[in-house]
Amino acid sequence: MVNFELDEEQQLIRDTVVSFARDEIRPHAREADEKGIIPPALIQKGWELGLVQGTIPEEYGGFGNAHSAITGSVVAEELAYGDLSIAMHLLAPRLVTVPTLEFGSATLKKAVLPRYCGARFEPASAAVMEPRMDFDAMAPTTVLKRDGDDYTLTGEKCLVPLGGDAHQFLVIASLANGNGVSHPQALLVDRETPGLTVGERERNMGLKALVTTRLSFDGCKIPRDQLLDGGEGSVTRVANLWRIALASMAVGVARGAYDYAREYAKERRAFGQAIGQKQAIAFMLAEMAMEVDAMRLLIWEAAWKFDRGEDATREAFLAKRYAADMTLKITDNALQVLGGHGYIRDHLVELFLRNARGFATLEGLAIA
Amino acid sequence: MIDFELSPDIADTRDQLHMVAEHAMRPIARDFDEREHEKPWDFINMMWQLSKNSGIGPGASKDKKEKTVDAERNLRTCVAVEELSWGDAGLYLAMPGPGLGGAAVMAAGTPAQKERFLSRFKGEKPVWSAMAITEPGCGSDSAAIQTTAVRDGDHWILNGTKIFCTSGLMAGDPSKSDGFIVVWATVDRAAGRAGIKSFIVNAGTAGMTVAKCEDKLGIRASDTATLIFEDCRIPFDHILGSAEVPKTSEGFKGVMATFDATRPIVAASALGVGRAALDFVRDELKRQGIPLRYGVATHKLTVTERDFMDMEASLQAARLLTWRAAWMMDRGQKNNLEASMAKAKAGLVVTQVTQKAVELLGPLGFSRDLLLEKWMRDAKINDIFEGTQQINMMIIARRIMGYSSKELS
Repeated sequence: MVNFELDEEQQLIRDTVVSFARDEIRPHAREADEKGIIPPALIQKGWELGLVQGTIPEEYGGFGNAHSAITGSVVAEELAYGDLSIAMHLLAPRLVTVPTLEFGSATLKKAVLPRYCGARFEPASAAVMEPRMDFDAMAPTTVLKRDGDDYTLTGEKCLVPLGGDAHQFLVIASLANGNGVSHPQALLVDRETPGLTVGERERNMGLKALVTTRLSFDGCKIPRDQLLDGGEGSVTRVANLWRIALASMAVGVARGAYDYAREYAKERRAFGQAIGQKQAIAFMLAEMAMEVDAMRLLIWEAAWKFDRGEDATREAFLAKRYAADMTLKITDNALQVLGGHGYIRDHLVELFLRNARGFATLEGLAIA
Repeated sequence: MIDFELSPDIADTRDQLHMVAEHAMRPIARDFDEREHEKPWDFINMMWQLSKNSGIGPGASKDKKEKTVDAERNLRTCVAVEELSWGDAGLYLAMPGPGLGGAAVMAAGTPAQKERFLSRFKGEKPVWSAMAITEPGCGSDSAAIQTTAVRDGDHWILNGTKIFCTSGLMAGDPSKSDGFIVVWATVDRAAGRAGIKSFIVNAGTAGMTVAKCEDKLGIRASDTATLIFEDCRIPFDHILGSAEVPKTSEGFKGVMATFDATRPIVAASALGVGRAALDFVRDELKRQGIPLRYGVATHKLTVTERDFMDMEASLQAARLLTWRAAWMMDRGQKNNLEASMAKAKAGLVVTQVTQKAVELLGPLGFSRDLLLEKWMRDAKINDIFEGTQQINMMIIARRIMGYSSKELS
């Protein structure tokens, strides 16, 4: 039976994250972007919300809540409403925990999950993207080769969040199956693996508060156990989770920009009335409101399908495309509503626009 | 708990109506587009019997379920209307039943009025009702209505001209059906919006004439009538709601609230037309061996794939907004904002989707041998009637900024 209402537990989580984003994250958004640093105390506070530990089973030290892509979507949207970089930093450990939980062997789970149930924030990351114009997440040029009982990993990745600090990385590589055909494979790589080099911090137009680095693998030896089960199928499911998460974050950014522009339009006066009373401005804001809801509903449908165990590739892919396009349009229009003021870094809308630009490109930087 | 799966009962309704759409509507769709102003009587009679017997169809008198309240009535209607409009939007609009006039009686009528005016829809012969709001001098600005209703003892006397009345011929011409028209008129021009009331005029009432039916771009199976009222005398109790002219425009807001129920239905009809075009393009791409590769890198997608995926996502976004507006109505929640979002989005999306579909099919899209060009013509009305896209954007803007219609117009 069709229902558009979150369940009680989801509403509770949302309320918690809404106030955290408003009271703790947002006040730091500008300074973090300018300085390129997120205050460690804020990260620790965010860790204590339990957004990573929550879905880890009790036997590994977590809270044992069932994993839900819808809940993950709600959390991602609300955190990103506060600030995109900070949201990605806080949720980065999920890049390792959720895929391990869903597709790791018993041995891997036992080795990995307890690390993410401690009292302190535990940095982790994913190395999905590659520094090439023709990058395709489902056909990476980073190669995993069979080597006796184990594997070797070679290639270069970019836009690896928390690359400097993370102790473990989820990596997507191409695995040749012997007859010349290869398929994407997900694996975990420890930071100490010989042959793994962390590059310099990258300089990006958006996400400036988030540390991202390149990562190179030069014939890294990978034990069999580090590969996630399910081959291409598990990569597809993991990809759907990052599509859902990134699209949700796009909604958060878009809604942040929309709220900002709407409040400005009600205050700013021109020709004797608030600019919000002029149709040219009012219609832009109305479209933003409508599209924020439209984006979210598409994402929730994809997440709902994922949670039912069905193949949500089409829905997640379309939702992410839609959200990436729309959030760019919304943040651009929000800046336009502020006019010249929107171009000045005193206001947050230029930051929203820079962050929004990434969504069409980004893959694998967050997981729902 | 979030759920996007239709309940089995609604899915059944959808499946049954899909059969009707495919086998009874599609085969005659082109014919009644070419033969404008002719009525598909076989189809009309069949649908009337179908709604009597099975209780399916929009506005059907669900006799068998009358005792149980349908908790998903609005959502069910939206799903049904999408399916019928997938068959043909013009034929759907031409179907007999309470329609918009009936919706107004349901929303604002007393129990006695409901009994008196709606019982005719349980009869053997097809009956229509219609809503007459637009005038030559006013459309969306319905507060500017010039048609007058003057009290004369136990009667009202109506004078004025109404245009663009969907099914006005079928509902207002006694040779077509024993129907009625809900007419918006002012009882006190000086009172502005507060003076606008709605009145029921039965087909055949002296002083009401159906003057003409418009020639249109699309939805040609459905008539769009001009009605002229010349000293048209109706009983006093044919007024819907109170005859009092309130100090505020609260009463007018009540009248406008009808749109909160009808806008999602219009949006649903738009979805049906859009889906017809999308399904057709998908089938054709498949036949041509052109793949749709969901999940591959964007730079590897062809322009056709991108176009199709954009159409698909936009249409689904419009559908979810529509379902949400209907779902809220079913829960008794205020949905004025959400109904306008659904209508604005669906009207725009279906216009764009059908235009793009014509382009993607090349010369085939432009040909009257196929229905695509017809769907594009039919689609456009959804961007206009029941409040243009722009009026709905205005309503959204007022709601989100808390502006009155004076503050933002």
